[in-house]
Amino acid sequence: MNLKNVKTQEKIASALLFGCTVLVVLPVVIILAIILYKGIAAINWEFLTAMPKKGMTQGGIFPAILGTLYLVAGAVLFALPLGVLTAIYLVEYAKNNYLSRIIKLAIVNLAGVPSVVYGLFGLGIFVIFFQFGVSILAGALTLGIMILPVIITASREALESVPQSFRIVSLSLGASKWQTIRHSVLPHALPGILTGTILGIGRAAGETAPILFTVAAFYLPHLPTSIFDQVMALPYHLYVISTQVPGIPESTRYGTALVLLSLVLMLNLFAIIVRSKFRKKKKW
Amino acid sequence: MKVQKRKIKEYLIEKTIFLSGITSIVIVVLIFIFLLKEGLTVFSSISPAQFLTGKNWYPISNPPQYGILPLIMGSVAVTLGAAILSIPVGIGSALYIAEIAPKKTREILKAGIELLAAIPSVVIGFIGMMTLGPLIKNIFHLSTGLTALSGSITLAFMAMPTIVSIAEDAITAVPKQYREAALSMGATRWQTTRRIVSHAARPGIIAALMLGIGRVIGETMAVMMVTGNAALIPHTILQPVRTLTATIAAEMGETVQGGSHYAALFAIGIVLFVITFAINGIADIYLHKNRHKA
Amino acid sequence: METKSQTIKFNIQQLNTWYGNVQSIKDLTIQVYANEIFTIIGPANSGKSTFLNSLNRLNDLTPGFKLDGTILLDNVDIYKHHDVESLRKRVGIVFALPTPLPLSIFDNIAYGPRMHGITNKSTLMGIVEKSLIESYLWDEVKDRLHTSAFNLSGGQQQRLCISRILAVNPEVILFDEPTSGLDPISTAKVEEAMLIFKKKYTIILVTNNVAQASRVGDRTAFFLMGKLIEVGDTKKIFTAPHEKQTEDYITGKFG
Repeated sequence: MNLKNVKTQEKIASALLFGCTVLVVLPVVIILAIILYKGIAAINWEFLTAMPKKGMTQGGIFPAILGTLYLVAGAVLFALPLGVLTAIYLVEYAKNNYLSRIIKLAIVNLAGVPSVVYGLFGLGIFVIFFQFGVSILAGALTLGIMILPVIITASREALESVPQSFRIVSLSLGASKWQTIRHSVLPHALPGILTGTILGIGRAAGETAPILFTVAAFYLPHLPTSIFDQVMALPYHLYVISTQVPGIPESTRYGTALVLLSLVLMLNLFAIIVRSKFRKKKKW
Repeated sequence: MKVQKRKIKEYLIEKTIFLSGITSIVIVVLIFIFLLKEGLTVFSSISPAQFLTGKNWYPISNPPQYGILPLIMGSVAVTLGAAILSIPVGIGSALYIAEIAPKKTREILKAGIELLAAIPSVVIGFIGMMTLGPLIKNIFHLSTGLTALSGSITLAFMAMPTIVSIAEDAITAVPKQYREAALSMGATRWQTTRRIVSHAARPGIIAALMLGIGRVIGETMAVMMVTGNAALIPHTILQPVRTLTATIAAEMGETVQGGSHYAALFAIGIVLFVITFAINGIADIYLHKNRHKA
Repeated sequence: METKSQTIKFNIQQLNTWYGNVQSIKDLTIQVYANEIFTIIGPANSGKSTFLNSLNRLNDLTPGFKLDGTILLDNVDIYKHHDVESLRKRVGIVFALPTPLPLSIFDNIAYGPRMHGITNKSTLMGIVEKSLIESYLWDEVKDRLHTSAFNLSGGQQQRLCISRILAVNPEVILFDEPTSGLDPISTAKVEEAMLIFKKKYTIILVTNNVAQASRVGDRTAFFLMGKLIEVGDTKKIFTAPHEKQTEDYITGKFG
């Protein structure tokens, strides 16, 4: 009797936990399905490559796509070198002391700063203080700072996974510390760094709040000519057409969501492929 | 001569790397400085206590009133709601993935959760607005479905990846011996799991919850799109609310640079920065506790 | 070997080392002559490897490592007056386990020369070939120089590591139990190579294998718990040791 009770309890518990998991994962599938189903109708060549027309009710979203690509490229250009160097400092140079503890805490906190606060910071420092104005430069730098912790964390893990013996062998042959890092450590950490960078790009491509006050243009049916120009960006465009402008066809909204989502998910998929390829190839 | 040149190069590289290393600290400090620089001027017309406890947020009335209590209450309401929804479900699915799911299923579930983390918040907000809003409106017969409840559900969902993945790590990190010891003494699998969660994995799970909540408080776009954006102190969860983050995002575009409204929004930024800084700091301490134990 | 000039290569005076608070070498004074095979025997934790890693300053990498005393290489203090990179170029080390880098055979051997500024392809090829011939690996790998070094057998990998050191033109080669993971045939090949190397290089061999010391060593030192118990001609150490502890160890009564 008692044994039977215990067994029933086990079963109920398992079922409950399974239910929780379904509650987490099922909506993901539903969201993807809805966006795909309702958005696919809007997708055609014109939608992807034309300028928006008639107050965004017609035409395409090309400037928003291009704007997002510019912003992402700028953010990576800034964050990748800085992030990798920071990770190299923490893994290869820093002693286990107070300073490295503070740096790690700073990184944790950067990862937790709300995206809208990054927006305020970008506005305060880049737009106003450095007088970049509301521009690609200001927006890209703001996004770059936001994805910095992602790149640092991934690069750290990648560097830490390189076996210590590679370093010792290189040093024992008379290579200097930097030569050792450059030739015996970095090449083997590269796939991990790449994975982290792609994930960072995905994050930067989808964020809205940091670009609200630093770069994003509401409606700008031409392409930027310099890094001091404003641009439209996909996530902000989706926000605008779904909350700020009445009369936008539903399919256009879903279509824009689909393009943004596809861009971000493709980047993530790419990162996952890089990661699993690397794991298979790894020999140590 | 050659050695000398190499030494100089090495020295310069080392210094560059060191400078990059401390950039993160510099950025955190700069964020704080710039928030203060732009935000503190609001306190020339209003005391910090009035700012935090004032019941009226009327930035464009004359004279303007900058009491952020309704915004704090809005954030608290959706955050509490999200916590109530996400904590049990999040821990439950972390347990399922870590302890029960077969290996293949586990990989698929983890990929699904990674996928969820990747969806941009504006897309989630958009979907919430288009589907969840009308649903809640119809169920409760409301004039609008964009309420604190919709916000809570959306945010609970968005906190999941953080909660599940970190809690799952913590549970998986519990040494095998604990489990084997419990099982060998005749405990059932469920009893063992429960014990493990309530003891060995606890610091990691607490950290997971805190980071999840940190994510919720800081979330901007989704919450702005689904909560209806009314800066009123909510009395039920079926009323529209406005959070701290959404206020900044929605109003900054209308302000005059350097004006009092502009400064007030930066001051809200200070409040947010301090809250998330504290939450992340505490979560980090718990994460370290977990690591020492494992 | 008695006819050999007895130039002192390494002169170690009053060496003391610590890991944190634990002393690993106590008051060690010892000389190593040029072009000899100097073997060090002793049980685990007797300070053999610490000693070896002090000679090319690899110990510098270990957090908490402290060293006191002087180590002179050709009468120059390696801790005070010697650039550490060029020291390690002069004093190469072969580890207990083969440590190929995840590169091709060619790139493994060319690694050191490249780090020291040699970029010319044909020069590198010449160095690689010469080093492989010297370590008796050439015939086995000459047709697959550009395949991964991981595809070699354990014994081949170890000889690859030796070639890698030869490629940077060392003066001293340290061997840290180099055959502990190898089969008897591979071990014999490595020992054979050492006997030929000593014409050109000074060799310091740390080994757990007492028989190996007696086979290849010109002189042998016995370490116990961080202290030098006895040092002398290998033949003498193995036939008529001064100390009881040495005799006990050699005859297998402990260790």
